[in-house]
Amino acid sequence: MGLGIELGHYLTVAAILFTLGVFGIFINRKNIIVILMSVELILLAVNLNMVAFSAALNDLQGQIFALLILTVAAAEAAIGLAILVIFYRNRGSIAVEDVNQLKG
Amino acid sequence: MTLPLFFFYLFAAILVASALMVISARNPVHAVLFLILAFFNASGLFMLAGAEFLALLLIVVYVGAVAVLFLFVVMMLDVDFASLRQGFLQYAPVGVVVGVILLLELLLLAGSFVVSPEAASGSVLPIDAATDNMRAIGLVLYTRYVFLFQGAAAVLLVAMIGAIVLTLRHKTNVKRQNPVDQVARRPSETLEVVKVKSGQGL
Repeated sequence: MGLGIELGHYLTVAAILFTLGVFGIFINRKNIIVILMSVELILLAVNLNMVAFSAALNDLQGQIFALLILTVAAAEAAIGLAILVIFYRNRGSIAVEDVNQLKG
Repeated sequence: MTLPLFFFYLFAAILVASALMVISARNPVHAVLFLILAFFNASGLFMLAGAEFLALLLIVVYVGAVAVLFLFVVMMLDVDFASLRQGFLQYAPVGVVVGVILLLELLLLAGSFVVSPEAASGSVLPIDAATDNMRAIGLVLYTRYVFLFQGAAAVLLVAMIGAIVLTLRHKTNVKRQNPVDQVARRPSETLEVVKVKSGQGL
């Protein structure tokens, strides 16, 4: 990677970011919007790892993979927010604990 | 400390701080704005790793589309976000335990593993310093990885159709065009030619 930046630096930042994403899911148990944002943070951490390994191993494949993860993350955000909108339309709330219509 | 290292620490510090603000901000609009800041700084980290195309794509796709979508939804839904904050710290202890264990495991892994020399030398697509990043990606994305590229396009298409189908709503009391009726209309159904004798009209 050179320039004084090691692979471990990137992995540490990505690990902290991933943990913050998981922690965000735990503490924002009621707000689906923030949960979706936490998922985006987790995917960003994964992408950071991909790019870091791509640079460290001098292999372009990691960047291609990161590109595909980006696509899936965008699709996930679009579908998640669409579900959120119709859920709000039906129930008038976005609290996770109100999601109990499929209980049977 | 070299200049790239300085920028690495700068971007990393702002990235982590803004990620912390995303999950702890009171106002979801602020959370989205901090998410945008986090993406910008992650883009800087990508740039430092030599992935220029992905760095720019992160700004275009995430800041330009995903974050704006989040902002749009946050502003469209009239939610009492204060009530959603109730019991904010109720699950925090569990989250702290899980988060600390996860972080320790990840850091142990990140600090202790060694890349074997064969792995570094046997790269499938070696990065050539002579060709720039965007060109190198373009050269393999449309040839070697064309099926993955098409698969990504299919995922996006399905997501687009899914989002439209989920949120489209037909209101019954709204007048709207029916193109089929309009196209199928014939002159004989709407136009009547009446012969009027001269002097007897009106």
